[in-house]
Amino acid sequence: MTLTYPFAVLGRQVLGFLAAVGRIAIFALTGISHLFRPPFYPKEFLTALLQIGYFSLPVVGLTTLFTGGALALQIYAGGARFSAESVVPSIVAIGMARELGPVLGGLMVAARVASSIAAEIGTMKVTEQIDALTTLSTEPMKYLVAPRLLAATLAVPVLVGIGDSIGIMGGYLVGITRLDFNPATYLKNTREFLEFWDVASGLWKGAAFGFIVALCGCYFGMNSARGAQGVGRATKTAVVTASVLILAANYVLTEVFFSA
Amino acid sequence: MIELRDVHKAFGPNHVLNGVNLALPKGESMVIIGGSGTGKSVLLKCVLGLVTPDKGEILVGGAPADKGSRDAFLARFGMLFQGGALFDSLPVWQNVAFRLLRGAQKRPKDEARAIAVEKLRRVGLKPAVADLFPAELSGGMQKRVGLARAIAAEPEIIFFDEPTTGLDPIMSGVINELIREIVVEMGATAMTITHDMTSVRAIADRVAMLHGGVIRWTGPVSEMDATPDPYVQQFIHGRAEGPIESVR
Ligand SMILES: Nc1ncnc2c1ncn2[C@@H]1O[C@H](COP(=O)(O)OP(=O)(O)OP(=O)(O)O)[C@@H](O)[C@H]1O
Ligand SMILES: [Mg+2]
Repeated sequence: MTLTYPFAVLGRQVLGFLAAVGRIAIFALTGISHLFRPPFYPKEFLTALLQIGYFSLPVVGLTTLFTGGALALQIYAGGARFSAESVVPSIVAIGMARELGPVLGGLMVAARVASSIAAEIGTMKVTEQIDALTTLSTEPMKYLVAPRLLAATLAVPVLVGIGDSIGIMGGYLVGITRLDFNPATYLKNTREFLEFWDVASGLWKGAAFGFIVALCGCYFGMNSARGAQGVGRATKTAVVTASVLILAANYVLTEVFFSA
Repeated sequence: MIELRDVHKAFGPNHVLNGVNLALPKGESMVIIGGSGTGKSVLLKCVLGLVTPDKGEILVGGAPADKGSRDAFLARFGMLFQGGALFDSLPVWQNVAFRLLRGAQKRPKDEARAIAVEKLRRVGLKPAVADLFPAELSGGMQKRVGLARAIAAEPEIIFFDEPTTGLDPIMSGVINELIREIVVEMGATAMTITHDMTSVRAIADRVAMLHGGVIRWTGPVSEMDATPDPYVQQFIHGRAEGPIESVR
């Protein structure tokens, strides 16, 4: 008994994990299916778009601005070891567009949006507002979940695109003020070496990350336990799960997009 | 109109309902009494399908509640939740008119608003309240907004979960009268949970007492005082001594 005990625990946890994955997948499919069946709630969608997209701009912008600047400094320092300082503009651009724009954008949105969605829906759950929605003939999956899933999936790629540009600008500012790059050369190098797919792949990642963020926020909110503690735990779990899933998905998508 | 047959519900080890049998004819007003935590709210939620019973049958208008179109089923109901359950992202009037602003019963915005203001008046709230948000209201006002929302679309069947808790005696009187009116004038079927014996006498045609997961006693309100059932007697007189334990 004592010998098998660790395996029993492990087995239970694996089963529990798989069950949770299954539940989240079913939840996601149900949410998506509501996007294709009327009635639709355009007002909820626009509100979500504003909350998720527009109000995340400052956070994502600042994050990518500083990261772009730091990236330029690091690549310059690294490049200097084999006299390749001139790669700074293109590496900053490629790094931002392919990797840092989507990942940092996704993580910042996870912190900001997954938490607020989970707290809002969780509070609605524990104060019986979700039950009230149902009794008022409004399907919560359609009214609360579907608009947020769609809004996040559409808004995050746009945020990533803007974040990419701001990040590249951060690199540019550092490049011309601190690293003595010629402004025209810096821009020319950025443009020449950045390919369409570098940017497009990052935007696709953004869409996936946006979906993950809204999904985690909605799922853990809807399954919040009772009481303030329940909502607190739902919020925390939503952010942690969304962040880990974003990083995992980032790896998988990078493999899919770039390993020829 | 509503019939429950041998309804069971447990939350883990906590057996809340242990075979509830109850029938409520159309157009009547039933009050459910019973100690705190005996499962009265759970009972209403079972009928609405918000809580799935472990066992038993629930018939509404002769048809099983869990079969057929859920939308059509719920469109017949109005529900006041114990905690009010107002949507705090929407102003008061949009809460009240929620059903009138979307779905099958959708109508123009002005009309929906006018109805909302009228329903608010019926629960004793001024038109100025319409544009406030739920968080700006007192507990009793929130309760009354919840009541207005429950009756806004003039449902056939209305459930009130403690409509007068947290209200002053005068407001309680107004609400009791309102519930009575809804049943008599609109011909609605009502099921009300309350701890307030004045309300029971004002609202009820029939009374049912839930205790120990079953309906302990049910009968016309006129027979309530005369029943020898010690549980009912203890409850309506609010005695500490009796078969109902005070620590539950
Ligand atoms: N969603 C739930 N999960 C777990 N337990 C629940 C749930 N809902 C109700 N219960 C339990 O069921 C029991 C009955 O709850 P209910 O809310 O129906 O009581 P009540 O009769 O309405 O009491 P009160 O008069 O205080 O409102 C309680 O012990 C409660 O803890
Ligand atoms: Mg209750």
